[in-house]
Amino acid sequence: MKKIKGSKMLFEALLKENVDTIFGIPGGAIINVYDELCDYENKIKFYLFRHEQGATHAADGYARATGKPGVVLVTSGPGATNTVTAIATAYMDSIPLVVITGQVPTSMIGTDAFQESDVTGITMPITKHNHLVTNIEEFPQVLKEAFHIATTGRPGPVVIDLPKDIQIAEGTFNYPEEVNLPSYKPNVKGHPRQIKTTMELLKKSKKPLVLVGGGVNLSGTMSLVNRFLDKFGIPAVATLMGRGVKPSNPKLYLPGGIGMHGTYYGNYAVSNSDLLIALGVRFSDRIIGNPKYFAPNAKIVHVDIDPAEIGKNVRVDVPIVGDLRNVLEKFLEYDFEVDFSNWVEELQKIKESHPLTYPKSDKYIKPQYLIEKASEYFPEDTIVVSDVGQNQMWVAQFYKFHNPRSFFCSGGLGTMGYALPAGIGAKIGQPHREVIVFAGDGGFQMNIQELMTINRYKIPLKIVVLDNNSLGMVRQWQQLFFKCRYSATILDDNPEFSKIAEVVGIKALKIQRPDEVEKAMRELAEYEGPMLVHALVDPRENVLPMVPPGGKISEPYLTAPYDENLEKVVKRGGSNE
Amino acid sequence: MNKKSRHIVSVLVYNKAGVLRKVAHLFARRGYNISSITVGKSEIPDLVRMIIVVEGEDNAIDQIEKQVYKVIEVYKVSPISSNVEDRVEREMALIKVKFEDNKQEIYQLVEIFRGKIVDVGQEGIIVEITGATSKIEAFVDLISKSGKIIEIARTGIAAMDRWDVSQGK
Repeated sequence: MKKIKGSKMLFEALLKENVDTIFGIPGGAIINVYDELCDYENKIKFYLFRHEQGATHAADGYARATGKPGVVLVTSGPGATNTVTAIATAYMDSIPLVVITGQVPTSMIGTDAFQESDVTGITMPITKHNHLVTNIEEFPQVLKEAFHIATTGRPGPVVIDLPKDIQIAEGTFNYPEEVNLPSYKPNVKGHPRQIKTTMELLKKSKKPLVLVGGGVNLSGTMSLVNRFLDKFGIPAVATLMGRGVKPSNPKLYLPGGIGMHGTYYGNYAVSNSDLLIALGVRFSDRIIGNPKYFAPNAKIVHVDIDPAEIGKNVRVDVPIVGDLRNVLEKFLEYDFEVDFSNWVEELQKIKESHPLTYPKSDKYIKPQYLIEKASEYFPEDTIVVSDVGQNQMWVAQFYKFHNPRSFFCSGGLGTMGYALPAGIGAKIGQPHREVIVFAGDGGFQMNIQELMTINRYKIPLKIVVLDNNSLGMVRQWQQLFFKCRYSATILDDNPEFSKIAEVVGIKALKIQRPDEVEKAMRELAEYEGPMLVHALVDPRENVLPMVPPGGKISEPYLTAPYDENLEKVVKRGGSNE
Repeated sequence: MNKKSRHIVSVLVYNKAGVLRKVAHLFARRGYNISSITVGKSEIPDLVRMIIVVEGEDNAIDQIEKQVYKVIEVYKVSPISSNVEDRVEREMALIKVKFEDNKQEIYQLVEIFRGKIVDVGQEGIIVEITGATSKIEAFVDLISKSGKIIEIARTGIAAMDRWDVSQGK
């Protein structure tokens, strides 16, 4: 067999894995691979970003949008360390990535060489797996294993650290057809006895509830979940990552989420259910509040592919380790009559008496109002990418999701600056679907450099900056828990985001009155190219309901007074005038 | 406060670079201090066995074991019985002792504890002693009263469930 260079092996492996899109930035320790890229440009589309964090978030957005692994190609040292936040983001949300980092030559590893860092050491706790390649002959197998590990079982990021001498070295490219890792065999089939126990509990239950988590989106099983709800008439709620539930009976889904900023009725449903069937969730502290008072009356069934999630944060009565597809198909094989209509009606009444709402205004743009309008004007299959903070919670509460894989955000790590680059990656992955990014003024500035990437590739992404001149979520906590001492959270010197966008070559609009919102959202939805709306929103607005950290989710704050002083504190001076 | 106790875990791993670091990290992350770790070839070719002894809260140990099992190179994780009578536990120590007034007492202690003298010098000896951790600690305690301990090197603990216990598992 003909020998080829390591750099060529990489691209041959990418072709074998059906990778047609990669993200990254070149550098000294990966220059040989980038040289090889010239010969593959007609088969693999490369996107150059302005920061490695942006490139890696984009790969993450691409993976969420397509279900395929996102591939990143960066250099050693700072190139690799710049990916760390984005890798950790993907790890927390179980997103498949294959990140290839250049490394100094093997002979120089450990000598503090120029642009050297211990990448496998740094990324160890934030990857599903990582590997430093030390031998050209093992490289094809390492690549095969990387894609296998990233995409199977509970997905996650894998880092391959590739020294410069391995890129140049020649070896035989014998790409394995199959992976044989005796120490890695995810358990796919749920235990039949536990599945039977669940269905027996369902028969006896008066108030069952399904909790839909991100695992449902990742495993592509939303349609099975909808069928399960319809077949037995069970109501459902979703976590932040589990949006897109849509049973044919709309009464069976309580939109808007549960937990810290969940709806009153969603949290009521969890707190009063007698059987909670949790599908692909990890019971984050933001969902459960104080674990002692979480679903106190319920037997908890927990279905997850990762055995380490079972019993980690809440007690579990029926553990089912397995793939959701397999388990849900088994659930659907059961046939018996149950009637939960009293429970469904009870929840409808609570939903009517405690709706998700916000104070209307004809002076200020309410961010919730803007999100509702965007939800009306954008098509049903739009992908919504939010940043982190108040904007994320408002989108989760007020945007109406109709499909699985429609709402992306950094749920676990809470990475501000996620939305803009992830939105770019999502649009690259799904060019025929609209992609709208919602970011706050704080998070938008954390990866604002990727506006240049949008212009470089003319990516028709739609962006809304909800500008309340503050790091709003922290400001909200300071108002509620720290006596309105706004330590380092007021951004009264924000630039004119619409002008920045225009300078970069992106159409932009600035709005500050409620009566401008509808027109702006319509225009944003209809415009063919990339466009940004800079919306100055009410700086006093808080995300409600709110369960204080560690509190009972059945007892949220439903209202909180505005701090009227904020109008004076947040001087919309500077270039905002 | 949750109850803290001593746990012994046996981990079978593929011997690849970095695997020790990955496994040790998962204990450290949850505040478990590793008091002993031994690594050596196992009964299966390609696999090495790590015996890890940790002190920590009882409630998190199961979860840590599941996390360890998630490390790709880890083949199997099995806790060793928490009941002293249900397991065999051994550790070897080399102890360099300097003679003081009572040379005879040192030799007697070595014999009582079934130690071996593996080196004799002008000023002292090196003792090899094998047993459970408690035995080694008792020996160290006593011998330090008769001589001066210059250096101790311990292998760490090797442990396994007793025949009848492992059959029942």
